[in-house]
Amino acid sequence: MTQKLVIIGAGMASGRVIEHLLDADPGAYDITLFNAEPRGNYNRIMLSPVLSGDKTYEEIVTHSDDWYAERGITCRFGEHVVKIDPDMKVVEGENGHVPYDKLVIATGSAPFIIPVPGHDLPGVISYRDLDDTNAMIEAAAKGGKAVVIGGGLLGMEAAAGLKERGMDVTVLHLTGHLMERQLDEAAGYLLRKDLEARGITVKTQASTKAILGEERAQAVLLESGETLGADLVVMAVGIRPETRLATDAHLDVARGIEVNAQMQTSDPDIYAVGECVEFDGHLFGLVAPLYDQARVLADSLLDQPNAFAVKELATKLKVTGCDLFSAGDFAEGEGREDIVFRDPARGIYKRLVIEDGRLVGAVMYGDTADGSWFFGLIKDGADIEEMRGTLIFGPAFQGGASADPLSAFAALPPEAEICGCNGVCKGQITRAIETGATDLGAIRATTKASASCGTCTGLVDQLLAVTLGDGYAAPQALPVCGCTSHTHEDVRRLIKSQELKSQAAVWQELGWTTANGCHVCRPALNYYLLADWPLEYKDDPQSRFVNERKHANIQKDGTFSVVPRMWGGITTPDELRAIADAADKFAVPTVKVTGGQRIDLLGVRGEDLPGIWSDLNRAGLVSGHAYSKGLRTVKTCVGTDHCRFGTQDSTGLGIKLEKHLWGSWTPHKLKLAVSGCPRNCAEATCKDIGVVCVDSGYEIHVGGAAGMEIKGTELLCKVATEEEAIEVISAMTQIYRENARYLDRIYKWLDRVGLDWVKAQIVDDAENRRALAERFQLSQSVYRKDPWAEHAQDSATRAQYAPLANLTLEAAE
Amino acid sequence: MNWIDIGHIDDIPLHGARVVKTPAGCVALFRTGAAEVFAADDRCPHKGGPLSEGIVHGQSVTCPLHNWVFDLNTGAAQGADEGRIGTYPLRVEAGRLLIDGAAVGKRSAA
Repeated sequence: MTQKLVIIGAGMASGRVIEHLLDADPGAYDITLFNAEPRGNYNRIMLSPVLSGDKTYEEIVTHSDDWYAERGITCRFGEHVVKIDPDMKVVEGENGHVPYDKLVIATGSAPFIIPVPGHDLPGVISYRDLDDTNAMIEAAAKGGKAVVIGGGLLGMEAAAGLKERGMDVTVLHLTGHLMERQLDEAAGYLLRKDLEARGITVKTQASTKAILGEERAQAVLLESGETLGADLVVMAVGIRPETRLATDAHLDVARGIEVNAQMQTSDPDIYAVGECVEFDGHLFGLVAPLYDQARVLADSLLDQPNAFAVKELATKLKVTGCDLFSAGDFAEGEGREDIVFRDPARGIYKRLVIEDGRLVGAVMYGDTADGSWFFGLIKDGADIEEMRGTLIFGPAFQGGASADPLSAFAALPPEAEICGCNGVCKGQITRAIETGATDLGAIRATTKASASCGTCTGLVDQLLAVTLGDGYAAPQALPVCGCTSHTHEDVRRLIKSQELKSQAAVWQELGWTTANGCHVCRPALNYYLLADWPLEYKDDPQSRFVNERKHANIQKDGTFSVVPRMWGGITTPDELRAIADAADKFAVPTVKVTGGQRIDLLGVRGEDLPGIWSDLNRAGLVSGHAYSKGLRTVKTCVGTDHCRFGTQDSTGLGIKLEKHLWGSWTPHKLKLAVSGCPRNCAEATCKDIGVVCVDSGYEIHVGGAAGMEIKGTELLCKVATEEEAIEVISAMTQIYRENARYLDRIYKWLDRVGLDWVKAQIVDDAENRRALAERFQLSQSVYRKDPWAEHAQDSATRAQYAPLANLTLEAAE
Repeated sequence: MNWIDIGHIDDIPLHGARVVKTPAGCVALFRTGAAEVFAADDRCPHKGGPLSEGIVHGQSVTCPLHNWVFDLNTGAAQGADEGRIGTYPLRVEAGRLLIDGAAVGKRSAA
């Protein structure tokens, strides 16, 4: 027997329910459909194109009046439902009662209106249905200013549409970046940039205090006190389930109307579907789960077993020209790792979030073609470890079921583009490799691949590995820190090639993910910038580790150690007296002779530093830089002055070298020594740079260390004169300064570039050696000076060492 | 609340810190932005490192001794480290730094 089905609300969910019911069993129910809007079902997702003028209402109608009539559905459009009487099983409409056997509530959602003063003025509208859309179109026809409150999905669409219709649009958003529920900060930044490029003003962290106006809205007042003129105010801050009828009927209602997996409410003859329901604590706003619900509900009404389950959700949006996609959970967290791809030139950003070898989230901006593939991986919980290296490039780069990401590369056609910046395809690169370009540098030089933004560096590496097989040692490509996806090498190269001369420029142009870096990247950037732009860049003390900021070594109790320089390890009675006096005056608890042939005063209080420096300066003593990533000491033996074996004046050369090199900043500490003969009493062959004097001249050794690792040096070259030795050592220091990663000692850097490369640059190429030595001299014109004297003599700097205030008295009172 | 004027905001370098002495040890003042300052204990709960000597980044500071990172809003250690530093009301009025003497006093009594 035909039962009576009443449906309240003709939206997309209930529309789909009706379609399923009629498909399965057209005779099962006699359907009555209420709708508060004076029309049937249309595609609400397409309201944005209607607003922007790309589509008309007629084009987005899904069920026309004829459609309902042909199927015998009784339509009560434009009629509000007053109440439901579950006991009598009757729905009371404004124009009369309708009895039901089964009832479906599909009332959708209502826009959330923030209750600021003036929210009910004419000219303030929400963005939910066709009437709102038409009201906006009408307002836009008069032109003027529109303020959109809410930088979420709806707000974006309203703003883009109104701009398209010629209004002057400002978007206000409460939090730090747009669409924070769907996008991370970087994607939010790109969206903002796109909107701004289109002439839309975006204000984040903008909280609305009131809407001002007499007869109608005229302006929006922000908490900050700023006032924005507004002929139209669109409230798009969010939606809430429309539950009034269910509440009045005493159904179970939490945030939404509570339903079980069969879409049944607490009354077994009443069902609910769509944005008005709450299932298992979830609310629903996207269309995919609503269609799932519609399928389940139709089955339930026909007594077919089916159950609704919450699935992982993806958002793929197109805000008039801005492609964006997000899926899963992309919050940062412990145990989570990111794979990030950026192409700043094309405004592309992709970020994958991986946890336990599985993809858990994805955010994409600018190029969302692979979104559904990533979404599939998230839904399936697929193990992605095997394709991790190429995952971010999407399915085109995966070799089917292949376990080896390299074979995916092998399978790429020769015309596949590898470097987007320079338009270099795989074939060009493999040809270059086959003709002798066997490392990244050579490929950059011959094809320009990876030579611009550098984001395809990983791909070029893979191609080298594929083409050269075991002959290729892949470089380690770890990013500098969590603030960036760039490696140290990329950052150094880009600072030079893009002429980035401030940290802010680096953060912006290389897409740093943090506001101002962290304790890992800031010291590195500060070093790279001062090494590459000695005249233009101003050293930033706040980006230095405390030792380099305070020019003393911090000790475990927060006191400092002070080491004055003793050139080449030579001192005088006057200097020793000054050191002794300073130690007495400042009650220095420990005085120690160091391994670098000088004296360490340990346990000096921070606020006493300028005082002790002044005293030491008066005796001619300067900072020993015992705290710096820079030149430390030049250790010497006594050489020909006193030693019966000495072949050259090792002490004299040591002093000359120290006076030439002191004050220079280097990627890590730089220790030198000069031994007067091969007996090597100054232990020159375990220093970063060591000179061993021989009868015929000077052997220059590099790459030693005696710290965490013990490394003997390798011979760089042999020269005949002191002048040549100083030039080679200047050039060696400079080439290390210009090329090494921050915190790599010379030996570690040599492991990466090879001694042969260095020899070719500074031994074989005399012109290059001179140029390097000149660049070193230029840098030294800025940095060869005593920081102790500067800090002790400048009253403002000196004040920084003292407490700002002393509250020991006030607080005690 | 007992607001005490302890200096001018420009006495603290941007992304830097200064200290204020109190009977219960130093309180560190951090300047994280042009007009954004925080007050917190100057002592790292790990090994007592002077946090005012650390690198200030975002709204966090990294201890100079062993790189513990603290969120200056909450005082909580970040990442895998567990610990918390006390934070104190500090505000800027016409460029002057005002610290809540009552909170600092309570700290010394505790």
